Amino acid sequence: MWQELREELHPKGLEVVTVALDLKGVETAGRWIEAAAPRHPSLIDRAHTVDELFGVVNVPNGVWIDEQGVIVRPAEPAFPRRAAFRDRPRPQPQDLDPYQAEVLQEARRIRTQPERYTEALQDWAERGPDSPFALTPDEVLSRSGERGADRSRAAAHFELAQHLWREGRETEAVPHFRAARRLQPANWTYKRQAWVLANRFQAPTDVFEGDWLSDVRAIGAENYYPKLDMPEPTA
Amino acid sequence: MILTEPRVRRDDFTARTGWHFEPEGACRGDLCVSLPEAPGEWLDAAVLSERLRMPLIHDEAAGLWGLGPESLGRVLQTAEAPDLTLPDWKGEPFALSSLRGSKVLLLAWASW
Repeated sequence: MWQELREELHPKGLEVVTVALDLKGVETAGRWIEAAAPRHPSLIDRAHTVDELFGVVNVPNGVWIDEQGVIVRPAEPAFPRRAAFRDRPRPQPQDLDPYQAEVLQEARRIRTQPERYTEALQDWAERGPDSPFALTPDEVLSRSGERGADRSRAAAHFELAQHLWREGRETEAVPHFRAARRLQPANWTYKRQAWVLANRFQAPTDVFEGDWLSDVRAIGAENYYPKLDMPEPTA
Repeated sequence: MILTEPRVRRDDFTARTGWHFEPEGACRGDLCVSLPEAPGEWLDAAVLSERLRMPLIHDEAAGLWGLGPESLGRVLQTAEAPDLTLPDWKGEPFALSSLRGSKVLLLAWASW
């Protein structure tokens, strides 16, 4: 998915590092990576460490880091030229689970801004600190999002949940997944990671509260990804 | 981070959270938070919880503690990127810091 853009920008001094947030690791993420045959580092984050360290709350999310290791854009929605979910294999209508069919319908209403994002990334690759898309450290901190007591508690519960689930202690993990969603309902990586463990379509179950469709409809699909906060591209 | 007792090795804590220890206390970026006493090899999780506003959640039945990230206002206290090391999909460890000198797009995605 990112391979083509990476090949284009790598000669300009930019490397792409993908991180798969997947509790089941290569078991679930591996086939996507293998199919993409990336030449860039493709990492596996079974504990969602990146969520906590960089403030990621949905995927795909990108963080820009300059040559000195300084973040110049904190976590925000990131799109290659096409959004990943639009390129996934399309099931034939007769194969569709009714819930899945509704999800696909709803997903069409999600706002993605691939052209905007890739233009900005290209500009930064070429112009570095002179790019209007590179932010100052103060702007980076300010945009990194608030983390109060509830958000921190959500992270602690989510980590316990994943740890217990990976150890096969699924019943003990469930209350922690539920607590994470309750404490930080806007964190889609927490919710979706939990839902998919109980149902591959992230449909309603008795195990977890909420489901993809209901939670997306509650906020409106157009708000699933915040609008990119970027200046108008330069001509 | 996950603890099996309410204390944590200083080096493990620094590796996982980026907080390191100076004479002034626990520091990250330009921010230092004072501690009641100079830390030894082991840190008391309850002290870290109180001083750095890190929630400490005890799951008694599971025999585990979860020490969450600091809640000091913003997710990032410094624009310096955390020193992240994760396995690549073949299992080899990869340190983000090995890419110093390049611009990096760190891209979080998921199979779900």
